[in-house]
Amino acid sequence: MTSTLTPARKRSALTKGQLPKFAPYVVLAVALVLGAAILALIGFNAFGWGLLSAILFAAGLVGWSAAVEGSRKAKDKLATCLVMGSFLIALLPLISVIWTVLVNGIPGIITPGFLGTSMNGVTGVFDNRAAEGTGAVLGGIYHALMGTLQITLLATVISVPVGLLTAIYLVEYGNDRPLARAITFFVDVMTGIPSIVAGLFAAAFFFAIVGPGTKTGAVAAVALSVLMIPVVVRSSEEMLKIVPNELREAAYALGVRKWRTILKVVIPTAISGIASGVTLAIARVIGETAPILVTAGFATTINNNVFGGWMASLPTFIYTQILNPTSPSNPDPSSQRAWGAALVLILLVMLLNLGARLIAKSFAPKTGR
Amino acid sequence: MSKRIDVKDLNVYYGNFLAVEDVSINIEAKSVTAFIGPSGCGKSTFLRTLNRMHEVLPGARVEGEVLLDGDNLYGPGVDPVTVRSQIGMVFQRPNPFPTMSIRDNVLAGVKLNNQKMSKGEADALVERSLQGANLWNEVKDRLEKPGSGLSGGQQQRLCIARAIAVEPQVILMDEPCSALDPISTLAVEDLINELKDQYTVVIVTHNMQQAARVSDRTAFFNIAGTGKPGKLIEFAETSTIFNNPSQKATEDYVSGRFG
Repeated sequence: MTSTLTPARKRSALTKGQLPKFAPYVVLAVALVLGAAILALIGFNAFGWGLLSAILFAAGLVGWSAAVEGSRKAKDKLATCLVMGSFLIALLPLISVIWTVLVNGIPGIITPGFLGTSMNGVTGVFDNRAAEGTGAVLGGIYHALMGTLQITLLATVISVPVGLLTAIYLVEYGNDRPLARAITFFVDVMTGIPSIVAGLFAAAFFFAIVGPGTKTGAVAAVALSVLMIPVVVRSSEEMLKIVPNELREAAYALGVRKWRTILKVVIPTAISGIASGVTLAIARVIGETAPILVTAGFATTINNNVFGGWMASLPTFIYTQILNPTSPSNPDPSSQRAWGAALVLILLVMLLNLGARLIAKSFAPKTGR
Repeated sequence: MSKRIDVKDLNVYYGNFLAVEDVSINIEAKSVTAFIGPSGCGKSTFLRTLNRMHEVLPGARVEGEVLLDGDNLYGPGVDPVTVRSQIGMVFQRPNPFPTMSIRDNVLAGVKLNNQKMSKGEADALVERSLQGANLWNEVKDRLEKPGSGLSGGQQQRLCIARAIAVEPQVILMDEPCSALDPISTLAVEDLINELKDQYTVVIVTHNMQQAARVSDRTAFFNIAGTGKPGKLIEFAETSTIFNNPSQKATEDYVSGRFG
């Protein structure tokens, strides 16, 4: 080893006046202990402990930083504390919801027959026995799951062509004409329609053309498409807009007609964004309750015909199980089923979001050599 | 497989704005014609009127005649799609279709128009077009890879291959080398030299050396000031334009004393 002339020093001159790396952890530990101690004097509770510790942590770290590092670094620490704090507050409800649904839903979902049977023939008598411990919780969500899947599928089949074609008109043919501007305006208005109004519209529409009291899965699907179409239009429009104009011109310059250019160049280029937009639109309507209540009613039996008879769906199943338990004197089995259905619904939405990511990835224009 | 273009008294408008005024020019078949001039003088706009790409933009229109071997492109009942299949175009920025492989990019003109073609014919067309664009040796082992994975210069030559695969009469090039490095530029310029044996080539360029290197005849466009229409100042043999121009403005521009 060659000797160097560097003087032996503990810290580099360049890092002088900085808090050590472990500083935040020290402050956090002190804040937690101090918070617990102060709360112990006035009565301990977890929420107050968290809040007080957070305030003490922020004050301590910013104060220490101001003393050692100067005001610029202190302000930076303050901003970091605020940003992190807001993030944690925003995350709190989400984690709380997922936790609650998991804790309450798992017993329901692991009950034998929960996913494979309907509520047909399940009466309060069975629920009373289950609550007394002399029988299992019977009944399941098969009919509701099937109903949700069929209604949502039909709604998608209606909304995607309408929404996509509207978006194509707006982007490729609209040219800011009065008609295009009017469509954009009404799509914006439709985005804000309360879902119950969409349900009432579909119900009234079918009462008028089919007959009073028409409640089927198809009516619910129409109600959901009223909610879905504006979302599909908006997302597809954005995706079509970002297709570079150069690609359209390249196709035109090869003597390709406009509709073929749209079909074979513009849409394939935008398909990943459109597909994920559609999936997110499905995720948006799959949990709608109000429009389905007024359009498809409730059912306790399996109905695989969307065009005839009342139909159950997961949200309305949850709603009825909580509001009108199968056994009014023992609501626990009903609420267990409701939580199980809620968990299944959340899993469905999660799967759809994952699916959207996969679709976006697999359709995305390939790069690489 | 090449036709001449004669332009008579052409005015080009964007809405009410007259962008290019009163251009008359004769573009010979099987030759390279270069358009030079300062930015905004209407070279590219004029070029785009030669295959009716101009009217793709909203509000754009044209007055006058453009004759392709005597047939007016702007005559009544002429389908712009027919015009564009005879007069191909290469753009300033390479724009291969990102969803297609190299092979499909070359075949885009055929496939997008849903013309039926046997695999053998298609393979032959791909090889012929890529060889015509001096790209075959570089990509023959990765024809199924996406076209966007090529370098900028290769992408531009892929776009040229795509343009010549539809076997046009005329190829328009709108500053094809402005986004390329000198080596790729050289490759494209060599290619232009070979293309003129079969095609009529019209090229817009900002690079006067390039115009001098590749073109047989050169047209100089200029603009009197912002908001004024661009005009064709002088059109002659390239050597005349660069060595012995008849107009003062041309001489100032080609000698760098512009303004």
